[in-house]
Amino acid sequence: MSIIAEVNPSTRLSQDLFQKHGPALDAWFDERFAKKTREYEENKTASLAIIATKGTMDWAYPPFILASTASALGWDVSVFFTFYGLELLKNDLHLEVSPLGNPGMPMKMPFGPKWFKGINWNVPNLVMASVPGFEKMATGMMKQTVKNNGVATIAELREACIEGGVKLVACQMTVDLFGYSHDDFIPEVKDWIGAATFLPIAQKSDVCLFI
Amino acid sequence: MTTLNQELDARGLNCPLPILRVKKAITSMAHGQILRVLATDPGSVKDFDSFCKQTGHELVSSEQNGTEYAFLIRKG
Repeated sequence: MSIIAEVNPSTRLSQDLFQKHGPALDAWFDERFAKKTREYEENKTASLAIIATKGTMDWAYPPFILASTASALGWDVSVFFTFYGLELLKNDLHLEVSPLGNPGMPMKMPFGPKWFKGINWNVPNLVMASVPGFEKMATGMMKQTVKNNGVATIAELREACIEGGVKLVACQMTVDLFGYSHDDFIPEVKDWIGAATFLPIAQKSDVCLFI
Repeated sequence: MTTLNQELDARGLNCPLPILRVKKAITSMAHGQILRVLATDPGSVKDFDSFCKQTGHELVSSEQNGTEYAFLIRKG
């Protein structure tokens, strides 16, 4: 970076002086700039903005885990809940998980001996779609697996976010679109906003994730 | 031997619960005090290292005893 070119010729310092000390001034500026940048980076509070768009039990984990952890690290965190993501802010959490059309989801039993728990049950989509209550059963087993592994529940993680000062904001347009009212949601929802309000928050964030 | 001011049992808990519990415990402690954490989550080794670097606390020690981990954290 050169500062010589930016100096107004009317300045009191003569051209001579610049010719003589130009390189030294450049070096001084570069060093100072690097130091100040480092200081700024070190003192700056990191920030995270998440857009949570999914309303199933499995997809509720990533936003709440990342938001609660970031708050524990001292980051400034905002989560914008939109579309099905609004489910995660409901007073009564009724989140389910569907293995239907999700070949990545292991279908394992949360009980029995180790060899039995290790079996991945390959259930055809046709069966999953036609057996009544299949999702309820899958959800129940997922909850048991979560418990067995000492993984937090969604309610716990949401509570940790609230305690950690995570700003939970919801999309007003989706609330209207789905026919919800503000009373359906936890009182900790900080604001009801739209894209134009969230984007400037995202713009200022160091990390922005769409989930 | 370092004096322990508080102990936290995070055994059986998985990511990110050990970190969240430590954050909660350390908030009520005074600067320079030591927190001892027990955990069984193998991911907590790297997580506590990163947590301390980010938050300005000092990871005094990190030990493994079989399937258990013990960490000493000095509040910064």
